[in-house]
Amino acid sequence: MLQSPVVISVSFCYLALLFAVAYWGDKRADQGRSVIANPTIYALSMAVYCTTWTYYGSVGRAAVSGVGFLPIYLGPTLVMALGGFLILKMIRTAKANRITSIADFIASRYGKSQLLGGLVTIIAVIGIVPYIALQLKAVSGSYDLIVGYPALIAPKEGGQPVFADTTFYIALILAAFTILFGTRHLDATERHEGMVAAIALESVVKLAAFGAVGLFVTYGLYGGIGDIFQRAMAEPQLAKLTAVAAENRNYATWFSLTFLAGLAILFLPRQFQVTVVENVSEAHLKRAIWLFPLYLLLINLFVLPIALGGLMQFAGQGIDADTFVLTLPMSAQQEVLALFVFVGGLSAATGMVIVETIALSTMVCNDLVMPLLLRTKALALQRERDLSGLLLAIRRGAIVVILLLGYLYFRLAGDAYALVGIGLISFSAVAQFAPAMIGGMYWRGGTRDGALAGLLAGFAVWTYTLLLPSFAKSGWLPASFLAEGPFGFEMLKPQHLFGLTGLDEISHCLFWSFGANITTYIVVSLLRSPTAAEASQATQFVDALKTTRPVGSALWRGSADPAELIALVGRFLGPQRAEDAFATYARRRGVADVKRLEADADLVHHAESLLTGAIGSASARAMVASVAKEEPLSLPEVMNILDEASQLRTYSRELERKSRELEAATSELKAANDRLLEVDRLKDDFMASVSHELRTPLTSIRAFSEILRDDPRTALPERERFLGIIVSETERLTRLVNQILDMAKIESGNVEWRVEDVDLKAVVEQSAAATSQLFHDKGVTLTLDLPPAVAAVRADRDRLMQVVINLLSNAVKFAPAQAGRVVVSLAQVPDGLSVTVADNGPGIRREDQEVIFERFRQGGDSLTGKPTGTGLGLPISRKIVEYFGGRLWVESEPGVGAAFIFVLPLENSRNGTPQ
Amino acid sequence: MSKKILIADDEQNIVISVEFLMKREGYAVSVAADGDEALAKIRAEKPDLVLLDVMMPKKNGFEVCQDVRSDPALAGVRILMLTARGRDTEVAKGMALGADGYMTKPFSTRDLVEKVRELLG
Repeated sequence: MLQSPVVISVSFCYLALLFAVAYWGDKRADQGRSVIANPTIYALSMAVYCTTWTYYGSVGRAAVSGVGFLPIYLGPTLVMALGGFLILKMIRTAKANRITSIADFIASRYGKSQLLGGLVTIIAVIGIVPYIALQLKAVSGSYDLIVGYPALIAPKEGGQPVFADTTFYIALILAAFTILFGTRHLDATERHEGMVAAIALESVVKLAAFGAVGLFVTYGLYGGIGDIFQRAMAEPQLAKLTAVAAENRNYATWFSLTFLAGLAILFLPRQFQVTVVENVSEAHLKRAIWLFPLYLLLINLFVLPIALGGLMQFAGQGIDADTFVLTLPMSAQQEVLALFVFVGGLSAATGMVIVETIALSTMVCNDLVMPLLLRTKALALQRERDLSGLLLAIRRGAIVVILLLGYLYFRLAGDAYALVGIGLISFSAVAQFAPAMIGGMYWRGGTRDGALAGLLAGFAVWTYTLLLPSFAKSGWLPASFLAEGPFGFEMLKPQHLFGLTGLDEISHCLFWSFGANITTYIVVSLLRSPTAAEASQATQFVDALKTTRPVGSALWRGSADPAELIALVGRFLGPQRAEDAFATYARRRGVADVKRLEADADLVHHAESLLTGAIGSASARAMVASVAKEEPLSLPEVMNILDEASQLRTYSRELERKSRELEAATSELKAANDRLLEVDRLKDDFMASVSHELRTPLTSIRAFSEILRDDPRTALPERERFLGIIVSETERLTRLVNQILDMAKIESGNVEWRVEDVDLKAVVEQSAAATSQLFHDKGVTLTLDLPPAVAAVRADRDRLMQVVINLLSNAVKFAPAQAGRVVVSLAQVPDGLSVTVADNGPGIRREDQEVIFERFRQGGDSLTGKPTGTGLGLPISRKIVEYFGGRLWVESEPGVGAAFIFVLPLENSRNGTPQ
Repeated sequence: MSKKILIADDEQNIVISVEFLMKREGYAVSVAADGDEALAKIRAEKPDLVLLDVMMPKKNGFEVCQDVRSDPALAGVRILMLTARGRDTEVAKGMALGADGYMTKPFSTRDLVEKVRELLG
């Protein structure tokens, strides 16, 4: 059943299925019910990474170097696992800037440079076309092989004319397919939903086919994986493949292959297409970062068993290990399986070719052809009404040209080395984008010149150390070029540059090209500071993940006519789509009519981003500039805007800090204010208290005086009683005035203290004598408990007497009449001399023991009635004692009595310096 | 029947003078020396007028005034506040709490008698 009609019709059926899936996907997308808005589809579409090079080549590579095929899958796994943030940043940046290809990404980052976009495109095309050729060769090779069944070796091709060559038709069919799904319309976002759906299906098919062969070989031909390995170990030549044997233990090679493959998963145009451009939602990345590596693991699971099985099965038959996947089922007469495997290989090839060609055609159109057309025939183009058709035509043309280039390379290279080794050579070419890409996303200092120079240097070294040697190995250049260096210059031997030996060709190329690329990129970038355009784009890219990134419109100033802008966009997107896009924009801005749109920076930016989706950032900027009058911003102005944005975060942190400081300062101020208010209130209270204390006796005096005046007939005893009250209230008033003045003088420091050596014993005795009449009147006993002699203290004798008399009169006031007892004692204590005046009065409650030292806060309650006195005696006494460095306090047991104690330091008497 | 007046003040001499004045005018007078006593006597005797000092022990005049005004049974009791604290805020506070009049110490005896007459008239 493996005759060519069957194989061809099965192949066409398969392609028809893909077509149907893609058609369905596009239709669903048009209805707004996307089928690819699904993280699993997204992860599967990434598996476009696995081409025929994986499908057929991994086994071939494993047959030579055992586990040496693994780094190609280790790199992507590591990048997915550890580099998710990088991919996220690429996705967000690309979406924000409507970037549709890796060339546009780099061009946009470095000031929307057409030159840079063009260079990236050229490098990509040169690097990728041979890779496409490899896919064509694989399809054609596997076709020749399968239709040659039951023979296991395909007849040598070559010689037949192009039109008799199946590969040519394969290329044309793929071109047609790609045109159908890659260029249906010029979407602003350039998403190809149908294509992605088809690619995801292809990933499932190739995995299933490869798994089927693996299972067949492992469990059909052999007794399981253990069995295969056991038998292989028995053969010395195979045993070394099963282990990470000595020759596989070249760490430099492992490292560079892993590194290279890691970069390829990011920067291969087809990977950029499916991972970044076709991404529907950033959230899908979460599943892809584990699902895609899992896919890689699964597709590699049976590589070694198939390789070992093939080597043992076909020992000595000279069958190419690259064909084991197909020849093993064929040799076992498993025709259906063989056909399935062929379809799997077809899917690996078509998937790669379609996506890669779409990506390349977008780049060729937007970054190579359009800029040239716009430049050379600018006038003619601008007069053209609708260019959307031309754009599509350019893309379709590019697709055909790229595939024909691939075919041409395939025809020229044939079985030459230049084709076989092209996978890694392609990887090394796109790896040259890494410094400009990663540097551009994380370093603001990178400039267009730096990126250009770095890319050129890396590309030149790549050409010299990898591409030209592959030509030499294919016999297109003299072998001496490799062996002796160009013109016999040993130091310039392409694969041992400057005498560097000990590295395989890939590591060698990577070393020199990356060295040249990175160094040139950095050094040239540092030669001058970024221009305004570069700086503004740098911020868009570097701060892509930050929320306060300035919008593009913030960096544009000028004027434009909305009608002209709409017309311009319409020329590239088609008038209807342009109308729709601007109508949507107007609705979002809350403007009812498109014609009423304001021609502000935001509108211009919107037009430019619409165009960017269709023709790339560099061309879009050029086209917008042709209808809008831009007043270029100077670098300082751009830096101002950018600084504002990037400093916004700093400012907000600063603001937070300031506001915390302000809060602290405010609360301090509040506390200070509260203290001031308290002081004020105390003063107010003092004034109110003074007023109250003065008014109270005045009230009695005035009342009785008026009573006596108004009624002269008042009885004599009453008259005498009233006059007595008037006199005593007058005395109270006088005492009060004196004490208030005394207090004020002490507080303001206006007292003249007469400091001398004072004998406290004498002071106590004299005070007792002065108050003896009070004690006698109330029948209270006064006892003096004094030592024979005490040391003198430095103080004011009269003031100390004032204190002791005050304490004595308080004591007698509160001591019970007749039964009262007051004891005054004088004693030497550790910190000086103490005087204690103790009574057996009602005592003072603990909570009142400090209050009584406040002004006008007298002790006493209902039991004692309102005490006589001014309420200033104790505060004044305390001030006096404290003035001489002493303390005055009360100790009391309520109901038992109270003891007022003051201590004066003797220290003062020696140095004689009262505080 | 003569009107009843309660004098609430902790200053003995002031009580004596005011008591003399009120009795001379023919009113029946009782006396309280602190806030609690004043409130108790107001409740017990339901005087027609209370001459209420503000600065009293235990319960000040404002509190007494408030308690009286919040007791419906004492609705007929008039209150004339007498105080040595003459600031405007104090006067306003007293009136806000429902006092019927406010006199600042020292006062003219004639003014007091007139005011009392007015409040009881």
